[in-house]
Amino acid sequence: MTGFLSLSAAILKGFIRDKQAVFFSIFFPLMFLVLFGGIFSDQSQSKIVVVQVGEIALLDDLPPQAQSAFDDAFAVTSSDDLDAALQDVRDGDVTLAVEQHGKDILVHYSDADQVQAAVAQGTLQAFVQSANLAVTGQPPTFNYSSQRVEDESLETIQFVTPGLLGWAIATNAAFGAAATLTGWRSTKLLRRLRLAPVSTRTVVAARIGVTMAIALVQTVIFIGLAVAFFGLKLSGSWWMAVPLLICGTLSFMALGLLAGAITQTVEGATSLANIFVLPMAFLSGSFFPLDDAPKWLDVVSHLLPLRHLNDGMLDVMVRGNGPESALIPMLILIGFAAVVLVVAGRFFRWETD
Amino acid sequence: MGDVITVDGVRKTYGNLTAVDGVDFAVESGEFFGILGPNGAGKTTILEIIEGLRAADSGSVSLLGASPWPRNAALLPRIGVQLQASAFFERLTAREQIQTFASLYGVRAAAGDEWLSRVGLDEKADTRTEKLSGGQRQRLSIACALVHEPELVFLDEPTGALDPQARRNLWDVLRSLNEHGRTVVLTTHYMDEAEALCDRVAIMDRGKILQLDSPATLIRGLDAGVRISVQPSVLSVHDALQLNGVDSVEEEASSVVLTTHDPSTVLAELAARAALQGLQVKNATLEDVFLTLTGREYRA
Repeated sequence: MTGFLSLSAAILKGFIRDKQAVFFSIFFPLMFLVLFGGIFSDQSQSKIVVVQVGEIALLDDLPPQAQSAFDDAFAVTSSDDLDAALQDVRDGDVTLAVEQHGKDILVHYSDADQVQAAVAQGTLQAFVQSANLAVTGQPPTFNYSSQRVEDESLETIQFVTPGLLGWAIATNAAFGAAATLTGWRSTKLLRRLRLAPVSTRTVVAARIGVTMAIALVQTVIFIGLAVAFFGLKLSGSWWMAVPLLICGTLSFMALGLLAGAITQTVEGATSLANIFVLPMAFLSGSFFPLDDAPKWLDVVSHLLPLRHLNDGMLDVMVRGNGPESALIPMLILIGFAAVVLVVAGRFFRWETD
Repeated sequence: MGDVITVDGVRKTYGNLTAVDGVDFAVESGEFFGILGPNGAGKTTILEIIEGLRAADSGSVSLLGASPWPRNAALLPRIGVQLQASAFFERLTAREQIQTFASLYGVRAAAGDEWLSRVGLDEKADTRTEKLSGGQRQRLSIACALVHEPELVFLDEPTGALDPQARRNLWDVLRSLNEHGRTVVLTTHYMDEAEALCDRVAIMDRGKILQLDSPATLIRGLDAGVRISVQPSVLSVHDALQLNGVDSVEEEASSVVLTTHDPSTVLAELAARAALQGLQVKNATLEDVFLTLTGREYRA
């Protein structure tokens, strides 16, 4: 046990003092989280920009409920200069310029973006009509209500947090395993440890233990940041992400060991690990959703462990699926780890030639 | 005093290369034993077979009365090993390195500090190993090999990459290692190092042991005589040949060299002729032994 603890401490200190490793496994993925979460999150809620020229009683006197619905759809600025407002419409800076003459609402639009213009006009028309209806004092014959069919995962932050976290964990696990194996082999530390009364099992367990501890820290930082600053909402069985990540870590460490077993130097091993991990992250939907991907890409991505980790994490963290939905991804990840370990074992050498 | 190591007819080949070609020897308890030879002589291979890192193709090895191969966990706490390269954990300080090794052997951390000061590294305890000099790293790796006080320690070319000054500084540390009856086995390609440190030396070349004895006996066995050189201005070759006790005379660039088996007579004669200017007396060295054994100049 003391052997396990002191080896773990040595490996952990080596990691924390390796600024490059800390940057690439923690801060670099976090930068992507901030980028995706912060910049792209407003995209789905972009408002229709409208210039209101002069007074428009209809818009000023909306009932409270209608007012909030209106504010969700439109961003309104006021202007007294009709010519300037029309120029803004022509330039595409605003979608509509609206003026009121008596009981007539006059809307100026541009055909440059017909879809946007049509949507804006339709929406505005609906407000005019409901105002008309309200004036008659009649209760409406038909009620309109709506519900979106997409689940929450379509929101950027919901989707990118599990994906980027999966990528971060894959990077750290693969790099850690690859660099330790080649580094310790080239300095002969591996042989030195064979001559110490500590079993290979203990050495391997210490390395795995440290990588998993780092993975948990990555998880806490990622989810904490996404919840606190970018509005990530976790669904019921999000805690299943922890066993999922542990299985994922095993898979990616196995990939790293394979990279280390094939190559001779630390640089070669980490480059190869990168060649494994980065394309895998793209193909597994860590950076963008694969919903619209062609069939063949979908098939390929299902051969990759990160795809299963990402799917599993999306299921339990944001899609609100039950804890049992993580079980199959976990089994696949462990199976993948076992197969890759056998292959790595074939290539493994105790020392560089 | 029993033998702590016996090596019997050990062979090891890698493809076409015969690294170790039928080696026999025994190391006694408490001995400082050297394996001397040029690079590629098979020193490291035979050492690794004894340590249990490799299997021999044939022959047998007994280490502290047991077979080191396959990996024998009961033997490991009793031996200390310093490998050729400095095998350290990345980015740890000297103190953290030795304390990690101490705990792998179940030794208290304080023993690490004691060994750091024994090898003169107190001031470097908080320096990361990457920032230590070559000599300091070698000292640390020797300390790491000894922190659990093994009864037998293997040092593979401990002064390998060091400059002459650092090598000599390290000798003081090495000399102290076999006090309290500890056995030390050291490989080196430096003749002077083997001569200065070892009780017995096995001279190895091309996978075979050519000769094995104490350095003094090996040199005496050469019967090479003593080489006395003086300045040509005080003694001509012709005059030198007339002196009593002189076996042969050579003329070199800036000296006349007399070879003798009776140095006291020759020195007395030289003194009588007042021909002691620039006098140098040199005994044969292991270098001469190697030259005689292999017919080749020794090149490390």
